[in-house]
Amino acid sequence: MTQANRLSGGLIDRSATLNFSFDGKTYQGHAGDTLASALLANGVRLMGRSFKYHRPRGVLTAGSEEPNALVELRSGGRQEPNTRATVAEIYDGFVANSQNRWPSLDRDMMAINDRFSTFLSAGFYYKTFMWPRAFWEKLYEPIIRKAAGLGSLTGEGDPDAYDKGFLHCDLLVIGAGPAGLAAALTAGRAGAQVIIADEDFRLGGRLLSDTGSLSDMSGADWVDQAQAELASLPNVRVMPRTTVFGAYDHGVYGAVERNADHLIAPAADKPRQTLWRIYSKRALVAAGAIERPMGFENNDRPGVMLAGATRAYSNRYAATPARSVVVFANNDDAHQTARDLIAKGVEVPAVVDIRPDASAIDGTEVLAGAQIIDTKGRLGLSSVTVRLANGQTRVIPCGALAMSGGWNPNLGLTCHQRGRPVWNEDIHAFVPGQGLPSGQSVAGAAMGEMSTHAALTGGAAKAVEALSALGIKANVGDLPKAEDAPVTLTPFWHVSGAKRAWLDFQNDVTVKDVKLAHQENFTSVEHLKRYTTLGMATDQGKTSNVGALAVMAELTGKSIPDTGTTIFRPPYTPVSMGALAGRAVGKEFHPTRLTPSHTWAEEQGAVFVEVGNWLRAQWFPQEGETHWRQSVDREVLATRNSVGICDVTTLGKIDVQGADAAEFLNKIYANGFAKLPVGKVRYGLMLREDGVAYDDGTAARLAEDHFVVTTTTANAVLVYRNMEFARQCLWPDLDVQLISTTEAWAQYAVAGPNARKLLQKIVDPEFDISNEAFPFMGCAEITVCGSCRARLFRISFSGELAYEIAVPTRYGDALMRQMMAAGEEFDVTPYGTEALGVMRIEKGHAAGNELNGTTTALNLGLGRMVSTKKDCIGNVLSRRDGMNAEGALNLVGLRPVDASKTVPAGGHLMTTTGPVDAAHDQGYVTSAAYSPILKSSIGLGFVKSGFERMGEQLRLVNPLEGQEVLVEIVSPHFVDPEGEKLRA
Amino acid sequence: MHKLKPITPLGADKPRVDQIGTLTIAEVVDQALASMAAREGQLDALQKAMPLGLPGVGKSVAGGDFTAFWTGPDQWMISADHDQHELLAAELKKIVGDTASVVEQTDGWCRFDVSGVALCDLFERLSNAPVRTMAPGDVIRGTVEHLGAFLWRLADDRMAVIAPRSSAASLHHALVAAARSIA
Repeated sequence: MTQANRLSGGLIDRSATLNFSFDGKTYQGHAGDTLASALLANGVRLMGRSFKYHRPRGVLTAGSEEPNALVELRSGGRQEPNTRATVAEIYDGFVANSQNRWPSLDRDMMAINDRFSTFLSAGFYYKTFMWPRAFWEKLYEPIIRKAAGLGSLTGEGDPDAYDKGFLHCDLLVIGAGPAGLAAALTAGRAGAQVIIADEDFRLGGRLLSDTGSLSDMSGADWVDQAQAELASLPNVRVMPRTTVFGAYDHGVYGAVERNADHLIAPAADKPRQTLWRIYSKRALVAAGAIERPMGFENNDRPGVMLAGATRAYSNRYAATPARSVVVFANNDDAHQTARDLIAKGVEVPAVVDIRPDASAIDGTEVLAGAQIIDTKGRLGLSSVTVRLANGQTRVIPCGALAMSGGWNPNLGLTCHQRGRPVWNEDIHAFVPGQGLPSGQSVAGAAMGEMSTHAALTGGAAKAVEALSALGIKANVGDLPKAEDAPVTLTPFWHVSGAKRAWLDFQNDVTVKDVKLAHQENFTSVEHLKRYTTLGMATDQGKTSNVGALAVMAELTGKSIPDTGTTIFRPPYTPVSMGALAGRAVGKEFHPTRLTPSHTWAEEQGAVFVEVGNWLRAQWFPQEGETHWRQSVDREVLATRNSVGICDVTTLGKIDVQGADAAEFLNKIYANGFAKLPVGKVRYGLMLREDGVAYDDGTAARLAEDHFVVTTTTANAVLVYRNMEFARQCLWPDLDVQLISTTEAWAQYAVAGPNARKLLQKIVDPEFDISNEAFPFMGCAEITVCGSCRARLFRISFSGELAYEIAVPTRYGDALMRQMMAAGEEFDVTPYGTEALGVMRIEKGHAAGNELNGTTTALNLGLGRMVSTKKDCIGNVLSRRDGMNAEGALNLVGLRPVDASKTVPAGGHLMTTTGPVDAAHDQGYVTSAAYSPILKSSIGLGFVKSGFERMGEQLRLVNPLEGQEVLVEIVSPHFVDPEGEKLRA
Repeated sequence: MHKLKPITPLGADKPRVDQIGTLTIAEVVDQALASMAAREGQLDALQKAMPLGLPGVGKSVAGGDFTAFWTGPDQWMISADHDQHELLAAELKKIVGDTASVVEQTDGWCRFDVSGVALCDLFERLSNAPVRTMAPGDVIRGTVEHLGAFLWRLADDRMAVIAPRSSAASLHHALVAAARSIA
């Protein structure tokens, strides 16, 4: 395939010929080409179909603002829809396909929509698909989504890795055109830490696309020289292929670096893209300007392009959309396009300029005071119809049209903190106004300084100013001489009388749609956007917003600034989900915490459960066990009959020290701790400020000024945080110091009638752990296994004779193995969280299900624990009337009347004869389990005045699943209600 | 000597070392740690009691067998050779008496020492700490891959990362993945 529309020169590497395919057809391009430039060089103008009407579309721009040429890149898991052909670098083997068409791009059946465009105007869906309501979700929406859409995904997983990182700098320069490069050179030479990022793969901005010289060098040569100097400065980081997409608080900017999008696939282990969070002390937006189209009938045909883009394709990429190009302009800048095209040997039959005084151009005819009123060409432009200044019309055959309505400063990043741009009458465009993100300034065309000279001097000056604020002295050095032409432009937005004149190419919004919005009183800019969808989707209205505003201004008789402003939100251009996720995918979505006995548990074939970030052994299946209940029942029975061991390291441990440690805990816990003797443990309940119970655990007093607090696994961090808050903010005068020791100690519960016997084989003999010497709720610092330091607590969650033993974590694995060996004679059994749960339900101990954020100490049957003799967090509000009203919920046990029935957790309780509805709710079930000891399903729950209703029968209902079980209210202490076992 | 055999934070008998490109990532298990927090009104007395001195915000100081780094207002972490000072907390408590609360932290943390010239390239992918401007001896408390961690610049080409021990495997994975992405 020849590259029929390839021109001479350009910044492409003709020595590197690359094969690529579009819609299954193979073409050739060169290194330095984008998909758009390579397709144009190959004579392909048709690149997509429009969103709503499926109109044939070609490329409009040469940058990231492209609304039309959206394609699907790659295939399989790497397929990426809605990618702009204008920024996709081609490589050998590059594959792209058009989208939103069926069956093919040039024969799209959905183009039928265009025939019905009269009906499909703005608001069509809202007006048409209103009834019946039920049809919307199942019928209308799916059909509309299928018909009007963008690209598709394959549904396969993305095979690529994405990275994430953080950068810091004094000055972040966004955009590497003349303003950005001048700024980076100025700041870099001054020794500041500088990052200069550009979304393009090559630095230079418009310098690459315009032919003007900088002193005696071409723009591209000067860029090369500047880049080389920047690369030589160790304090400057040059980041091409990096889009700064958002300006966030405190000078933080989000950026995506495309590390491997220009390769067929990333190298092994290398990221495809990196999301950078850039912490800048100052930032300079030098993001250039975006050219605006003009509205005229059928201005969306493939071949109709922006003049600056046409010039970029010709000068930078050595490609032209056609051999014959008409120019349509309201300003002098577009005349340069004509001159450049002529210089490259492209025929320019005419320059249509709306200005009656437009100047002449050598080599073409300038039709001053003329307008283009229509175009022809089914899949690509074949001619334009011009209304001349004298009223006559002339049809000019051509393959492309380069239009320019002027340039808008690229405002995106200046608006991200609600900055409102202001209208500049000199250039007839919005420029950055008040409310720039903190530390941000703007230079060059982004500021409305449209000449190369102004961009260079403005960029350098703004860099000096930004660094000066940081106390870094910088000087504007020698800058090259460049063109300094003023903006010469006569505002012109659309040809009057045009109806299907596109303003927003991506969303198929025409002048007519804006008129309709006005007619229906959607005149505010915000309403206009939502009513017509103007400015939505991937291009965010970069080429359309101002044009639509101008049309609305005309209709309302107001000026453009009085009509409204345009504003942008992040991201500046689409950011892939993969980049946002970074490395945190799959199992690495969050960090995993492993218990000290994890390796050992794995060896035993344990089944693990996620508890927050922890992985805990849920049960330990043995050979022949086919159902989890078999394992759990066995573990419960073995523990209750002899001895079991469970890793409880995950419980939070907070070391509390200081002369006022006891007083501090007295204020933290609802019950008293001041008088807890050294060597003793006490169960404690913590309340929130509002009096609701939020965590329970124990505190062990190891010395007068030293406690170890344990919390539930789930609340370990919360309790520690709250305690730190109390220490630092509520009672800063107390002498108390806190630190977490959760991870420092491996802790195991050893429970069951043979627990002591087992531990006596582990604990060094000089420590007497007999019932007399070490009774229930005792604690001590001891040694085990021949002088390894350890801590022993005689506490019980299971209701059995039980201990918790702790050693430094590195010895946890060995201690587990030693205890299993020592317990062999007692048939010691490891048990998991499931058996732990069963046993605590059997014992009636509250856990997270009961401490559910709505329950009080009173509800839990712990009302008397809330001391009235001292103050503590939550104490006062726990005495509120509402929390002590009669008929409050009480924690009770529940047993099915028919032992073969199951108690479902979450069910609600109703009286045996009354109605089943919320008004007659008697309470609810919080926890349920099968008790192998009682050989019955049992539950814990809250029942109104439950303490006084022992023995009463209730219906446990689950209307969602049609369940109903007759249950009896019993004591929550199903096992050993007197506590004899744990004191044995 | 007791009969409990230690395992490393990564769950093995011996500390792990990975060489990826020019970077070496080494699991460090030979350092004991103890936290030290000044008691109310005892800061001056504590400073006098600690012969090596206690460093200011974001700094560390070494002296004799001990190294101290700042962890919070009036709080430090003291590090020493594990074999020589396994009972570091008890040792320190004897030195500082009631001027400070001292807590054993040795096994609360895992530590990886990363060395190589690409150190900063690695850590700027893992942490928002301004690693390029950290001088040897600087310590920053922050997050690394969602984990609360200390970054301790030991030398121009060496950084210790100290993070919760239970998440050692996740941290190690993050270090290795980041190292491979820049290798």
